[in-house]
Amino acid sequence: MMDFGFLDDVRRMNKRQLYYQVLNFAMIVSSALMIWKGLMVVTGSESPIVVVLSGSMEPAFHRGDLLFLTNYQEDPIRVGEIVVFKVEGRDIPIVHRVIKLHEKEDGTVKFLTKGDNNSVDDRGLYAPGQLWLHRKDVVGRARGFVPYVGIVTILMNDYPKFKYAILACLGAFVLIHRE
Amino acid sequence: MNTVLSRANTIFAFTLSVMAGLTFCCFLTTSMNDHLSPIKIDVNKIIVKNVQDFSTTRDKNDLGFITFDLQADLQHLFNWNMKQLFLYLTAEYTTPNNKLNQVVLWDKIIRRGENARLDYRSLHSKYYFFDDGKGLRGNQNVTLTLSWNVIPNAGTLPRISGVGSKTFQFPDEYTPGNARI
Repeated sequence: MMDFGFLDDVRRMNKRQLYYQVLNFAMIVSSALMIWKGLMVVTGSESPIVVVLSGSMEPAFHRGDLLFLTNYQEDPIRVGEIVVFKVEGRDIPIVHRVIKLHEKEDGTVKFLTKGDNNSVDDRGLYAPGQLWLHRKDVVGRARGFVPYVGIVTILMNDYPKFKYAILACLGAFVLIHRE
Repeated sequence: MNTVLSRANTIFAFTLSVMAGLTFCCFLTTSMNDHLSPIKIDVNKIIVKNVQDFSTTRDKNDLGFITFDLQADLQHLFNWNMKQLFLYLTAEYTTPNNKLNQVVLWDKIIRRGENARLDYRSLHSKYYFFDDGKGLRGNQNVTLTLSWNVIPNAGTLPRISGVGSKTFQFPDEYTPGNARI
């Protein structure tokens, strides 16, 4: 039998407490948003934290590892660096290493990438006819690494029902729970 | 509030924060390392050809072939917060076309526990040494450096250049035909 005891909690709350809970929830959501946007300003990258989605950089990065990115424009791109880039026609950014780079006198730069675990370079992944990446394709450069933490996101992506269940549980908990 | 659920929740939250704290301390203990090490590179044979660059424009570009020796002992770089080293040998040079050219010729992954004492003779490059034009023939100043990208268990991802590099020059004439080294 399901126990609806938690609904009694809600029933016992008065209006002020109810408002308080709703505001508390809004506070959590907005501070998460503020932290994310703040990180974007500090790092200069449009997505300062990314989850590794493929095994193409193994054994360095596995699926579900977390990367911290920066993207300072004055910081030049060099060979050996791990960049996160977007290719036209692909939604998901790719995390690979720069293996070849040519920089002109005026600072324009073109470079080629390759995944550590791939046997060939990335020209097959780029848009048709595209031979090089340029500065504007770069979303960020990997600066920090934490293992495993992103596995929750991967689970959520693979099993959308799991995602909705988690979100529903968290929302209900925050709204109903009384300290 | 002594239900099973709330206790499980508390234990889970506490475990997570302890693990996060320990991981951060582990990162702190190795954050001051400079990861430097001396290395030795020598170049044996050097030729340059002018061939069709099948991977890019299909124009004729300069293609260099070199063989090199490599000696380095990187064993002392490994510590408890080092998952692997990504080694790469870079050729760096200037051409009339480009202010800076960097081409990775060779790379190697050394995971923790694997042999980190390198002693190679007459290695061939792993990737083609194609220039972005015709800037290799007679180039007087091509520098080879061995660098490594430190991949920790958790922490920053520094890129370090080995102490010691090798500068060489390409011959003034193209090697014709199918001659290889």
